[in-house]
Amino acid sequence: MVRLCGLRHHFGTGPMRRQVLIDINLNVNAGEVVLLTGPSGCGKTTLLTLVGALRQVQDGSVQVFGQELRGASGATRLRLRRRIGMIIQGHNLLRCLSAEQNVQMGADLLGGLSYRVRRDRSREWLRAVGLQDHLSKLPHDLSGGQKQRVAIARALAAKPQLLLADEPTASLDSRTGREVVELLKGLAKDQGCGVLMVTHDPRILDVADRLVQMEDGRLSQGAYAID
Amino acid sequence: MFARLWQGRRIPLAWLLLTRQPMRLLVALAGIAFAGILMFMQLGFRDGLFDASVTIHRLFDADLVLISPRSSSSVSMAGFPRRRLVQAMADPAVVGITPVHWNLLLWRNPENRATRSILTLGFEPADPLFTDPSLAPKAKLLQDRGRVLFDERSRPEFGPVASWFRSGRTVESEISGQRVRVAGLVALGTSFGADGNLLTSHETYLRLLPNTPPGSIEVGLIRLAPDSDPAEVLARLKRRLPADVRVLTKDGFIAFEQDYWRSSTSIGFIFTLGAAMGFVVGCVIVYQILYSDVSDHLPEYATLMAMGYRLTSLLAVVAREGLLLASFGYLPAYAAGQGLYLVVRNATQLPVTMDTSRATTVFIMILVMCMGSALLAMRKLADADPAEIF
Repeated sequence: MVRLCGLRHHFGTGPMRRQVLIDINLNVNAGEVVLLTGPSGCGKTTLLTLVGALRQVQDGSVQVFGQELRGASGATRLRLRRRIGMIIQGHNLLRCLSAEQNVQMGADLLGGLSYRVRRDRSREWLRAVGLQDHLSKLPHDLSGGQKQRVAIARALAAKPQLLLADEPTASLDSRTGREVVELLKGLAKDQGCGVLMVTHDPRILDVADRLVQMEDGRLSQGAYAID
Repeated sequence: MFARLWQGRRIPLAWLLLTRQPMRLLVALAGIAFAGILMFMQLGFRDGLFDASVTIHRLFDADLVLISPRSSSSVSMAGFPRRRLVQAMADPAVVGITPVHWNLLLWRNPENRATRSILTLGFEPADPLFTDPSLAPKAKLLQDRGRVLFDERSRPEFGPVASWFRSGRTVESEISGQRVRVAGLVALGTSFGADGNLLTSHETYLRLLPNTPPGSIEVGLIRLAPDSDPAEVLARLKRRLPADVRVLTKDGFIAFEQDYWRSSTSIGFIFTLGAAMGFVVGCVIVYQILYSDVSDHLPEYATLMAMGYRLTSLLAVVAREGLLLASFGYLPAYAAGQGLYLVVRNATQLPVTMDTSRATTVFIMILVMCMGSALLAMRKLADADPAEIF
């Protein structure tokens, strides 16, 4: 589903040039949950943006759903992004929309569904993340954890085939954090969706099919499977 | 069709972006409404003044009007042979004619003896001149030599003629060294060219202006049979009459006067410039609002792009915001415009009214203003980099 091969990336030019990713090789298969850990600033987020088709690939190969991203056109990347769900640390919910409407912005990306179906789907996902009582609240009136759960519901409402998550449990308590990752894992298993998750949270490491360590732009070769 | 649209409807993002920040929306609408009011005022004044330049022209009882091709406006009317008007009588559709003398003469203020030029019309008192039927009985008074009808709406610089006359005094004054007596009052109204108006008989007029070439008049009024087509008769008369006379419809006669003021004076330019200023001010305000709106929501727009929303669909959101602002800003501008026109009408006697064409013009200007600003603000959207959201 995701195939990274010899991926390198750097920021800046000339003397300011700094390499952040060095020879990354990584696969994520359908139905698999891969956890990426490592100290902050080691390039994890850059890796996510590259896989998420948000950034141009500079060197090496990134294949998502069998599509090479290096040199891919904007339209190709846009099409891919619609199949990728993204859960972002800063939530980035639309402040002017209620929780339900925010989730529906995700569901609206699915073509050919009536308004009612899209709305019902949004409500279902909000119920799944435990926010059925906060449908019409604005992000302003939600706690950090609740906002995070809205963002998760929004990503899932678009029926992604690949889910990229940046610290999805960062602002959740242990119980909801647990529930959320179980939800993501359930999705991976049921719908054959690949999950690539960046996390620092030691409490959720056990949901991973595979755990990948990253340090100074390199993946540690000891990437192993736990079960 | 409608059902499918309803099924396919989306979150009204533009509407929510605007309405969830009511203060900002209010400021935006106030700004747009202000620009709209400014445009309504300036264009209203301009059209009102142009309208005022044809106060007299509108009063004439005529379907077609003959003037000299050398006439350029009401302040410089040239003469043409009266024979042409009589020749027009030969057309079967013509049922009546009125020859009219038209000139600016010097009137002496009976109170302080100062002189000032006044528009004087000379006509045969038995002939119809104005559509207003109240003139006919007064016109009979002009059959005596040296009598004039004074326009009570003339500017006060001509003297307290109306009040003296009403109080029963015999008001006499002097025009071009000839004694005249005010036989009655009429209500016509001033215009650009004339601060006051006098009506007098053909005979008195010639006495006041003895140098007038015999058989020369300045304006010929032609009345047509009710079932005739003025355009058809106009074409016929044009063909039949020699080139020393110009045939106009009554509307054409009005347009002839207005064109002079529009093209040969700075009035039109000044008020059009005023309206343009309103337009520019509105543009700046709407641009500011939309630009800061886009800037504030940049991370959110970037998120939408990361989710797979096309840039074009985000541009459409901004465009819809512009459209909504235009529509909702126009309504208060229209209402305030109506109110201000009423105030101006009462204060200045200028015929300033809300007509459909001006209402449409201002709406289009506001629409262009909002959509143009939206277009400029959209450039900011290009800064929305989905890679920056992590």
